[in-house]
Amino acid sequence: MITIKNTFSKIYICIVFLFLYFPIGTLIAFSFNASKSRAVWSGFTLHWYKTLFADGETLKAIQNTFIIASTASILATIIGTAAAIGILKLTKWPRKIIMNITNLPMVNPEIVTGISFMLLFTIIQKSTGLLEQGILTLIISHTTFCLPYVILSVLPKLRQVNFSIYEAALDLGCTPFRAFVKVVLRDIMPGIITGAIMAFTLSIDDFVVSYFTSGATQTLSISIYSMSKRSISPEINALSSILFLLILALLLVVNFRKSEEAPKEIS
Amino acid sequence: MVNFSKNKTFLAFCTLAFGLLFTFLLIKWQIDNKNEPKQVSINVYNWGNHISDGSSEHINVNAEFERRTGIKVNYSTYQDNESLYAKIMSSATKYDVIIPSDYMVAKLIEKNMLRKMDFSKMPNTSTIDKEFLNPSYDPQNEYSVPYTWGVVGIFYNKSLVSESPEEMDWDILWNPKYKGRIMMFENSPRDAFGIALMKLGLSINTIDPQDLKKAAAEMARQKPLIKGYVTDQVFEKIGIGEAALAPYYTDAYIVTSGSKDLGLAIPKGITNKFVNAMCICANSDHPDEAQQYINFICDIEIATENIKHVGYCTPQQAVRERLDPEISQNKSLYPDKEILSRSHTYENLPDETNALMNDLWLKTRIENNNSSKKFICILLGLFLVYLGLSASKIIKKRKGNYT
Amino acid sequence: MKKRIVLSPYLVWSTIFIIAPVSLIFIFAFRDIDGNFSLSNLKNVFMYSDVFLSSLSLSIMATLACLIIGYPTAYLISRTNPKTQKLLIALIAMPMWLNFLLKTYAWMTILEDNGIINNLLFYLGLQKLKIINTQGAVVFGMVYNFITYMILPIYSVLIKTDKHIIEAAQDLGANQNKIFFKITLPLSIPGIISGVSMVFVPSVSTFILSRMLGGGTSLLIGDVIDIQFLGSVYNPWLGSAISLILMLLIFLCMAIINFFDNSKAEKEIAAF
Repeated sequence: MITIKNTFSKIYICIVFLFLYFPIGTLIAFSFNASKSRAVWSGFTLHWYKTLFADGETLKAIQNTFIIASTASILATIIGTAAAIGILKLTKWPRKIIMNITNLPMVNPEIVTGISFMLLFTIIQKSTGLLEQGILTLIISHTTFCLPYVILSVLPKLRQVNFSIYEAALDLGCTPFRAFVKVVLRDIMPGIITGAIMAFTLSIDDFVVSYFTSGATQTLSISIYSMSKRSISPEINALSSILFLLILALLLVVNFRKSEEAPKEIS
Repeated sequence: MVNFSKNKTFLAFCTLAFGLLFTFLLIKWQIDNKNEPKQVSINVYNWGNHISDGSSEHINVNAEFERRTGIKVNYSTYQDNESLYAKIMSSATKYDVIIPSDYMVAKLIEKNMLRKMDFSKMPNTSTIDKEFLNPSYDPQNEYSVPYTWGVVGIFYNKSLVSESPEEMDWDILWNPKYKGRIMMFENSPRDAFGIALMKLGLSINTIDPQDLKKAAAEMARQKPLIKGYVTDQVFEKIGIGEAALAPYYTDAYIVTSGSKDLGLAIPKGITNKFVNAMCICANSDHPDEAQQYINFICDIEIATENIKHVGYCTPQQAVRERLDPEISQNKSLYPDKEILSRSHTYENLPDETNALMNDLWLKTRIENNNSSKKFICILLGLFLVYLGLSASKIIKKRKGNYT
Repeated sequence: MKKRIVLSPYLVWSTIFIIAPVSLIFIFAFRDIDGNFSLSNLKNVFMYSDVFLSSLSLSIMATLACLIIGYPTAYLISRTNPKTQKLLIALIAMPMWLNFLLKTYAWMTILEDNGIINNLLFYLGLQKLKIINTQGAVVFGMVYNFITYMILPIYSVLIKTDKHIIEAAQDLGANQNKIFFKITLPLSIPGIISGVSMVFVPSVSTFILSRMLGGGTSLLIGDVIDIQFLGSVYNPWLGSAISLILMLLIFLCMAIINFFDNSKAEKEIAAF
């Protein structure tokens, strides 16, 4: 019985993975396609990998994407961590109100967030002449939709912090800042890093909000969107294959290293 | 993605990678900014695939401009005149050079959104053919420089369509024989209505609501036959046989270099002639650089390379002479006097007409079962359920408190 | 005092960039082109009732499909040994790193009339299927793009389930089915709820998917909003009104779903 069940569950998981990875496989396969068309296979080539690194527009888009993602995630991490520390000690009602505001960008559909930013930036621009849409507005909007994720991943860790140790450190003559870094920050670091990684991922992957706030700036997802109107250049397939394989390799390495280390930790 | 927190190696790794990446980018950004002090960049907003971008054997026009002048080009694309208008109206971006078509140029002039140009600073514009000067959309020739022009034709898949191209007219797009294999303009309501109006033999610039309603009814009749509403994808989809027929702007580059199955026919009756013209936005910060850009585009050498890739017709005789005679003498790629005599150009319509057209167009694109009552009922129902549930929760809480 | 200082940057930020933009949607929804108060936009929203209804029904279908496919996946993964679990979950989350437009574009290549699947069927001597440009294809795209958001929360609730309860039930003679339906399933409801909301919200408001996989013949509400703002019809006032009704609809659905969540714990992001 158990073996039948096991085979069944293995088959099921395999089907799900086939479903998840089928388009990705196609995408990678077509990055080696000699023809530009996405429908006809006309031979193997590495041409697109070569042209990718010569294409200034695409490289600029990648650069923009990374600048936005790193700036937004760092900003969101700093503001979010500070906010979480503040929220922790609030009384019930202010806390409830702030948590509801925090949840708003998560519950709101992305398209609504996007258009609301567009309305805001347009009004600011038209009335004050500041904040021309571009990389700055992208950073602002990305920071905003990343903030709740940072706050919600830091808060649970903060709750586990033993604040009496912090107070003990103060009593023993530690400066508040040093005590904070040594005790609190050390404990909540995993939460902060999880939040930062999530923010980075969300920002890199975002299309909808960027679409409404990018102005004339091209990010990777925006340029893919303009290409999808006609046909997506195999260069982009090549780029995605590289990114995908890098992340996959990273994950596998981490997984294997972990399984090697595991016994040591126990002993 | 799970339990990062428990894996210290991974954490350290990520922090390191993260930090390195960021410092790298920051440094690169700094260097970029330092190396090119006070570099001017202009925002160019153009139709999709409407410039030679280096993806074919022809030169990359923007890169060449950057190389020669040191002015950076920030290039982005839109898919129809109305999106361009929406983007200028609603986004806080200052575009320098934009390339709307005829009727949109007129509309933008009317709304004071374009800037008068100084033609003495653009000597290359003198090579533009006389017939393109002082057009109806810009009668004083102050705001626009023609970039490309062409007519709307019917693209078809040669192995799927049996009719001869000479015989084709707009009604083939309503032929039930091709059910599920016809594609239509997604671009703008103007283009879609234009075809229905031309099929009905009505004026494409009609402001009579009855005419527009007739056209909308015609499009509703066509909808069951349609495979999809698309933009520039038509060429690819027809080329590989995903679709059989679609109206689109005649593009010589696609016809000569695309799939062998792709054919082009100019309809027997009336068709639409368009002119895309370069303009400078009224709020442009760099009008001089923008004029430099326009002047550069009009350079005969550059324009020839550009037109060879873009594929639409050129308004410069000197450029036309440098094209492959197979293209420049082809009647359907370079419409002759006879075709032009039965081509009409879109004119700017009053706002009410546009609003009506937009409404009718959206109604064609969505399902219409008049179920607003049903929707309101659902909304109200959800609201009542919500009220009921909150009430029951409060009651429960109270009961809980008493016990 | 110190707490206020740490909180203040966030308060300022959220006032300007969270509260102000959402209030602008309210303001725009009740204005006409000349800036006067008007209810005509809200009235006109109901012209698009059919779009709302079809978005609603497609996204409900997608959410159910995600649940039906996703729950067993999460359950089966949670039953494997911890090392495999980590790897499998990482692999489930991997596709999130790729741009959704690219993945959808790849699906276009696969599902087309002359696409990979139909060529395969043809090669096997079977009849070709009409997949692309149907509503089914749109639902398919939603399921593909959002299923990860269903699997991860359910999985993270399932692995937190107290093993002792299950062991106790086994000792008391409950069979596998009974354990699943009486213990595992009820305990995983918080995961299901957060999964359902994480799939439902993006699918009901999705745009472009219907244009890429559905051929644009029946637009969804996200597309209609997009068309009002950056598409061919410039009417941000009507667009805001539609967004407002969409927000209301989503709020009601979420509030009702959350009544079924009995756990008192403050929400954490389950997946990560």
